[in-house]
Amino acid sequence: MLTFSTGNKAVATAVKDAKTVVVAAYPITPQTEVVEETANNVASGALKARYIPVESEHSSMGACIGAAATGVRTFTATSSHGLVYMCEQIHMSAAARLPIVMANANRALGPGWNIGAEHTDSMSMRDSGWLQAYVSTVQEAYDTTLMAFRIAENENVLLPVMINLDGFLLTHITQPMDTIDDLGDYLPPTNTPHAIDINNPGGYGTLTPPTEHFKFRHDIQRGMKDSVAVIEDAQADFAKRFGRTYGMYEEYLCDDADVVIVAAGTLAKESEVAADILRKEGIKAGVLRIRWLRPFPDLTAALKGKDVVVIDRDYSFGLGGILVNEIRTKALEAFIGKDGKANLPFSVIAGLGGQEVTYDDIADFVRNRKSGGELWFGVTE
Amino acid sequence: MYEIRLHSRGGQGGVTAAKLIAQAAFLDGKYATATPLYGAERRGAPVVSFIRIDDKPIRIYSQIRKPDLVIVLDTSIMQTVDVLAGLKADGKVLVNSQHPMELGSHKVYHTDLTGIALSLDLVLAGNPILNTPLLGAVAKAGIISRESAQKAISSVFADDRNTKAAVKAFEDMEP
Repeated sequence: MLTFSTGNKAVATAVKDAKTVVVAAYPITPQTEVVEETANNVASGALKARYIPVESEHSSMGACIGAAATGVRTFTATSSHGLVYMCEQIHMSAAARLPIVMANANRALGPGWNIGAEHTDSMSMRDSGWLQAYVSTVQEAYDTTLMAFRIAENENVLLPVMINLDGFLLTHITQPMDTIDDLGDYLPPTNTPHAIDINNPGGYGTLTPPTEHFKFRHDIQRGMKDSVAVIEDAQADFAKRFGRTYGMYEEYLCDDADVVIVAAGTLAKESEVAADILRKEGIKAGVLRIRWLRPFPDLTAALKGKDVVVIDRDYSFGLGGILVNEIRTKALEAFIGKDGKANLPFSVIAGLGGQEVTYDDIADFVRNRKSGGELWFGVTE
Repeated sequence: MYEIRLHSRGGQGGVTAAKLIAQAAFLDGKYATATPLYGAERRGAPVVSFIRIDDKPIRIYSQIRKPDLVIVLDTSIMQTVDVLAGLKADGKVLVNSQHPMELGSHKVYHTDLTGIALSLDLVLAGNPILNTPLLGAVAKAGIISRESAQKAISSVFADDRNTKAAVKAFEDMEP
């Protein structure tokens, strides 16, 4: 059904349409509407779920861990300080192989106090074993939340999935959204092989010697590796059934591009407008939008022989932009020419704390690119 | 692309107004987005919202710098905020005012949204509701259709005084 929705409401609508069984969440700006809308859906009977109000984010993920351990479909949502407050449980839920789905409204961490969009909150969780998607429209927020349940619950994955929406920019914008009236069997019933069964008691989270621990960790990496095929299948089946196509990453005018802008979230959509402007000037620009950060896609073929400008709405202090460093690592061969000379990505740090970045600014990043350089947008040394 | 910047005060319903205008444009068959600009605002503080309307999907998330139309729900804001900032040379202004206003060479629509709301006792928590009558005025300015304005209002508000207020604003405002 064609409707008009905010990003937050899109997530809540997908949680309802997925017939989620347990939701435990704590409201935090700018995610609050996800919690309000879901609580309303449970109160009205539109979603026949158990809604568990909790006193903190650490507890919300704790309740989700308990619920998912019984094998039921489980959801929560958070943002920024809420996400880092549940950090222990983030690692716990992935290591326990529990297919929890969570929406995170990307927001800066304080102090100084700031509630604007920034990706450092979720990217600081990138080593936890959670799959991570970054969405860029209200429609994509709805579609990806639905897919997330299928991917997380797949027996070859059994890892939690985080869907990231730029705080305010995407959580609060209102856009057209087409909801799915009948999901059919797109989302099969959950079938968690290690679900708690009172008729077949077992031990959970017991003391584990190094050899076993090592195997468990290797199993998480295997699940993460196998998740690529599961994501691709979930996206292909989604396109076949519902007509909307998604990839591990999205390309805009990249085929003949001399320079490719790489970004995640709303900045990547804004970059498409910059690419259009640059092409009118004779600069053949394209955009590669990172949709899945974990598992991280192989971009070597996509970026080979191109100038690359990476925009990070995040930072790893003491290293650099997180995206640009992931890209340098995973697509290193793309940046070495036939002559053996390197043409490294130009790293732009922009949009932290909701900093205003326009398509004109992005076009300037491309015009002023320097191989291997780093620019903090708006900062003069 | 048609871009509208809406100035109001926290509590006046500016954010909902932006959503309703975009929704009406969407019902007209256009692509539309509505975005509130959030800061540390609270009841009474100046608030800005943005509406974009186009024939194709909208990929811009940054703020509107060069609006085609500026809407001012509370003219007292004009004492502290430059509401005309960036307004295109042929851009228009729509003010909630009993009296006509002159603002440079810009076409200025005026309508007494507050009076219309009060005449219908359309009041919430002591504040007259301005967003639903505003939709009638925006329809009169030719930005959205009258039918879609009414549909957008009734999809959100059950009380038919809201659509009545919009009709009154549509009839009252000089084109």
